[in-house]
Amino acid sequence: MPYADTLPAQRKFGQTTRPDAWWIQPLLVFLGFSAFIVYSTWAGVQGTNYFLDAQGQDYLSPFYSPELWGRTGHSLFGATQPSWWPAFIKFSPAFLIMWIPAGFRFTCYYYRGAYYKAFWADPINCAVGEPRKTFLGERYFPLIIQNVHRYFLYLALIFIVLLSHDAWRGLWFTDATGKHFGVAVGSLVLIINAVLLASYTLGCHSLRHLVGGFLDSKSKAPTCAKAYSCVGCLNKRHMMYAWFSLFWVGFTDLYIRLCSLGIWHDVRLF
Amino acid sequence: MNKTVTFRIWRGDATGGKFVDYTTEITEGLVVLDVVHKIQATQANDLACRWNCKAGKCGSCSAEVNGMPKLMCMTRMDTLDISKPITIEPMRAFPSIRDLVTDVSWNFRVKTKIKKFKPRTPDAPDGSWRMQQEDVDRVQEFRKCIECFLCQDVCHVLRDHHKHEEFIGPRFLVYTAALEMHPLDTEDRLEELKQAHGIGFCNITKCCTKVCPEHITITDNAIIPLKERVVDEYYDPFGWLWKALRPKG
Repeated sequence: MPYADTLPAQRKFGQTTRPDAWWIQPLLVFLGFSAFIVYSTWAGVQGTNYFLDAQGQDYLSPFYSPELWGRTGHSLFGATQPSWWPAFIKFSPAFLIMWIPAGFRFTCYYYRGAYYKAFWADPINCAVGEPRKTFLGERYFPLIIQNVHRYFLYLALIFIVLLSHDAWRGLWFTDATGKHFGVAVGSLVLIINAVLLASYTLGCHSLRHLVGGFLDSKSKAPTCAKAYSCVGCLNKRHMMYAWFSLFWVGFTDLYIRLCSLGIWHDVRLF
Repeated sequence: MNKTVTFRIWRGDATGGKFVDYTTEITEGLVVLDVVHKIQATQANDLACRWNCKAGKCGSCSAEVNGMPKLMCMTRMDTLDISKPITIEPMRAFPSIRDLVTDVSWNFRVKTKIKKFKPRTPDAPDGSWRMQQEDVDRVQEFRKCIECFLCQDVCHVLRDHHKHEEFIGPRFLVYTAALEMHPLDTEDRLEELKQAHGIGFCNITKCCTKVCPEHITITDNAIIPLKERVVDEYYDPFGWLWKALRPKG
């Protein structure tokens, strides 16, 4: 007799003897991710109001950084859209770069576990019945592609440098007499954004492996041992930083967008 | 003060069964296993239940209490809501023998399939080795495992999808990690991990970590690092290039 035939039958979707409200956690994750996906897609498609310079600021939305082609002073390659961009598709500078942080988060070990539960109910929560009988895991296409995570990590590390540079530029204000150092609420928003994204990215499981986890004898490589320890420290709070950074990057765009539209006003602290 | 509580206990065997309600009084300080023993002594003498140390170290009394895999001897009654019946049932990832007892022998068969510890040549003429504490710190966490198999039970790959022939489960991924990351070990288990042991089936739900009574960080410290080693070996062209070009020594 096949071993599987000796086991209790698979429970139906949602069937469990857990008396607690097991559905709340996946529901909150579903709502949180969905809200971010909807907002970030909408904000990325707009292609406007992602830069603020009304009172001499130099704030660029993280959804649009680095701005490869665009109309702000941050643009790297020119003030228009790239020549190869198809004319029938609306251009937004975000289209060229948003796939990198999106890919990094999509393939992140924490997010994988969370969205497999919340969006795919595989399982919807621990010890709760599933909707499907078949399961391929991450062994086969398409989920085998999750193994590309470390390549998104390499690109995400570059983003930390770029967003830190944006935060630095957010501390300089231009007026008739030139550029002056200062701090406004927007400057703090950009700094917190860079710190949270760095804390999330530098706590990545793949990074922990690459800087020292691959070694069995770390005592022979003290630099790797130290790096492994530092990344491990952030990795213990990876879920927390994943959520905080997700919320804050969206809020940073919203802050700049609403200030740019004149709905909110950026307050200069000094 | 004594309180009256209803326990809904699974009674049956491999051919089937049903939940039976038992109402009994509990006193302060009891654990679920105490109550099961009381019901066994006073109301159901034929109730089958496996137990041994009553101290959370033998891993024998694994069952599902209110739907979650737990050691009955480590589940205090004051952590449960006694206003509703408390459900106790056997683990669902293994064949039922009788009542709360399951046949966990599949796990022991799986263990025999994992390549054994293969140390390097001894460091000293007397046949001994030298290791630094920091090198064994990581694997010592995995040695805390008491083989209660609660992680195997909660893993949906085994519990719901019955992939026992293709996936070794979190317990044996922890066991493999303890060997694979050991500073003296020279064996290579990556091909088996990827193929026969099915590490790719794990989709990182972290349920195994949640139920581990020894608080081993199974997913983050054992399974994901092993997945990363499999990526090194099979899915990372830059890594292959780096290995080929880096200075040896």
